Amino acid sequence: MIQRPDDFAKRRALLAGLTEEQLKERFWSAAFSVVAPLVELARQHTSPSIERSVLLRMGFSSIEAKTIVELCAERGLLGKGAGHVVLKYAEARGLSIKAAGEELCSKKGWNVVQDLFKKGGGVLDTGPKKED
Amino acid sequence: MTLDPRKKIDIEEVLTDLEHYRPRRKGWRWREADGRKEGAFEYRQASKRLKNSVPLPAARHFGGIDPQPDCVITTEIASGRFEDDIRRMRMAAWHGADHIMVIRTAGQSHYDGLIEGTPEGVGGVPISRKQLRATRKALDMIEDEVGRPINFHSYVSGVAGPEIAVLFAEEGVNGAHQDPQYNVLYRNVNMYRSFVDAAVAKAIMASAGMLQIDGAHNANATAREAFKVMPELMVQHAINCAFSESVGMPKDSICLSTVPPTAPPAPALWLDLPYAVALRKMFEGYRFRAQENTRYIESDAREATVTHVLNLLVSRLTSAHIQSTITPDEGRNVPWHYNNVAAIQTAKQALVGMDGLSELVKLAEEGPLGEKVRELMERAVLFMEEIRDSGGYFEAVSRGFFVDSGFYPERNGDGIVRDPKGGVGHGTIVPRDADYLAPVCHHFGYNALPDGTGRPCDLIGGCTLCDPSKIVYIDELDEQDNVRTRLEPFREHRQRGLIRPEVQWYGDGMISMTMFLPVSENLAEYAAVAIAERLGLLDPEVIHKAVMHPAEGTLIELKAMVPFDIDPESIKIPEKPKTLSEEEIRQAVSRRPLHAVAATVGEDEHSVGMREIIDIKHGGLEKFGIRVSYLGTSVPVEKLVDAAIETDADAILISTIITHADIHRKNMKRLHELCVEKGIRDRLLLVSGGTQVTDDIARECGMDAGFGRGTKGIDVASFLVREREARSANRGV
Repeated sequence: MIQRPDDFAKRRALLAGLTEEQLKERFWSAAFSVVAPLVELARQHTSPSIERSVLLRMGFSSIEAKTIVELCAERGLLGKGAGHVVLKYAEARGLSIKAAGEELCSKKGWNVVQDLFKKGGGVLDTGPKKED
Repeated sequence: MTLDPRKKIDIEEVLTDLEHYRPRRKGWRWREADGRKEGAFEYRQASKRLKNSVPLPAARHFGGIDPQPDCVITTEIASGRFEDDIRRMRMAAWHGADHIMVIRTAGQSHYDGLIEGTPEGVGGVPISRKQLRATRKALDMIEDEVGRPINFHSYVSGVAGPEIAVLFAEEGVNGAHQDPQYNVLYRNVNMYRSFVDAAVAKAIMASAGMLQIDGAHNANATAREAFKVMPELMVQHAINCAFSESVGMPKDSICLSTVPPTAPPAPALWLDLPYAVALRKMFEGYRFRAQENTRYIESDAREATVTHVLNLLVSRLTSAHIQSTITPDEGRNVPWHYNNVAAIQTAKQALVGMDGLSELVKLAEEGPLGEKVRELMERAVLFMEEIRDSGGYFEAVSRGFFVDSGFYPERNGDGIVRDPKGGVGHGTIVPRDADYLAPVCHHFGYNALPDGTGRPCDLIGGCTLCDPSKIVYIDELDEQDNVRTRLEPFREHRQRGLIRPEVQWYGDGMISMTMFLPVSENLAEYAAVAIAERLGLLDPEVIHKAVMHPAEGTLIELKAMVPFDIDPESIKIPEKPKTLSEEEIRQAVSRRPLHAVAATVGEDEHSVGMREIIDIKHGGLEKFGIRVSYLGTSVPVEKLVDAAIETDADAILISTIITHADIHRKNMKRLHELCVEKGIRDRLLLVSGGTQVTDDIARECGMDAGFGRGTKGIDVASFLVREREARSANRGV
């Protein structure tokens, strides 16, 4: 940032007449508007760590979570949710969540996964499906 | 498993069956406001007393009371080996710490995933499930021992924040640092990634009732002139507060990490107090963690302690929900065991000493304090509005708005600049598709859960936050670098109870020595090392030096290793004579009266020690019916002997505090010799006492007994009665 002298005396003219409460309101109103786009960015995005945190919560080990997320990312599937990938594969194959994740970890079933997300059109299917 | 205060914590037992250990609670605990009456005193800012604790040294004059301040007290413990840290945590808890903060090993914030097992850390501990679980298990035992909940705390930052948040929620970690700005500014994590991860991490932390502490204080530790970043610190606090609240964290779980920004020789309170007041006005409703200043800490532990006491004064003049402590040796090494305790004692002592201060003094807001508070608040408003009006937070960071050394709105152009398209983890965030789904609980953000889903984890039959039995525990991944291999070399050492000094790790052998050398600073440093080498110590290193005068001399503190062990079997501890019961003494004295003459001898005006031994109100000799003629202070030995002859006394008691030129030994010898000359030695009991007196020294100098520091009247009374009876028996009386 370019250098600038302390011109506080000039800048504060706007604030001079405010009460302490008004000053606080002004500060917090600016703060919440600064963070609003950051919150929205977070709401609409995910990351490898977020997806690993989902898999951990689904009962996978950190090692399994790392592998599954890497394999999802390589196939452009993180935007679907890594947990979603496992869930959908488990349903398609009639497997438990744990067994499905273990298969995916051993690099099995990814063609099925890619197919599912192509065909599924992004909507979660409830109930198991029989597909290759 | 319960702890026995007489025994060391058994690390093997802590490590046993960790796979099945579950934390018994989640969430942060504040102290209970209770126990306001302690001994003779009424406290206004105290909390519930402890079941087991070590009181302040002066407590012995106040019936051993150990009042606990109202706020939680933090200590930071992380030597790199959690198995040794656990012992330090126990010591810390006994001195009043109930917030144990574990610093992470260097580099963990850039580790893309979770660490498993128990590898050794550098400057901190690798935070892993096993390490957390073992530590939590130990803390559960320690909190039972002291009778107060202990909050366990570490860091949810870096590029694995969301996973670490899950880990912490699962393992009963009660508080954590979480501030995406810290990643961006100090760890160069990509700014988008940092905020996207932070939202998920914060939502998980909130679900487990964890207390969040922000990272704004780092600007203070980093800035070239720390006292100029005050407006920015308020801005950083506010960004994290507003972001946290917006993602669902309750306001009272959001804690600001604040530090008085400066230290003497600056006029510290003139700057620190207005800042502390401004923060508490602007951030009403949030929690405050008062940290102590590290920015200006040098190797001088005394100087650090004085700065920290001034910080504690600021806490008492304003408020603090958590009082953090910094060890006085932070400026010289990774903190040592006893310096954690020293810092906690400093906090406890100062806070208790200033109990009720705000009812006694009022801050003068009408004067310069109020003006400065207002100015800081206005500068902060202007800063925040400039961020908003310049294109937002990311734009501001990319233009170097933060950690500039100018006092905002002054800008020196030396702020930290980060590229939105750079940093660790750049290019790793992905937009959530319309069908994005995360079938787990407490997940922040867009989630296309099917209509009618109850709990999100119903889709998978439960997540680990709802059903902990699903948590996968990994023991070790590295066969070489783990707690077992670290414990092994000292297994026998532990079993035999061999003694080696330590400052941070079992068996590290480290000691420190303080010496004054009457030479210049440079020469003193090398001479001190030569002295340590001549003493046979290993790896001597000067850790502090202070010039007393450029030519007259230098104070040196030096650390070095002791290259041997002491076998406790080889130590002969002189048996402490058991005292008689009060009743036995009284009966003996009433059967046969006992009279003593007493005085402080030589040119010595100390009277307190002797009065405590004699006076009835201190439980002294008079309490048992022993008659004592007290002749006062600075009494010549001859006068005492004459008085003993005149009054036909049974004993002479002398107190000798001054030891200059061995005067205490000389007086004892003189007393003995004079009694021999006058032919009364056989019928008189000669007893000496003083802070530097031991029974051995006294006997060497011709006394019948000597009593040192901590002696009570009953000790002396027991000796007099027993010895008189033994002599009578010998004489066949």
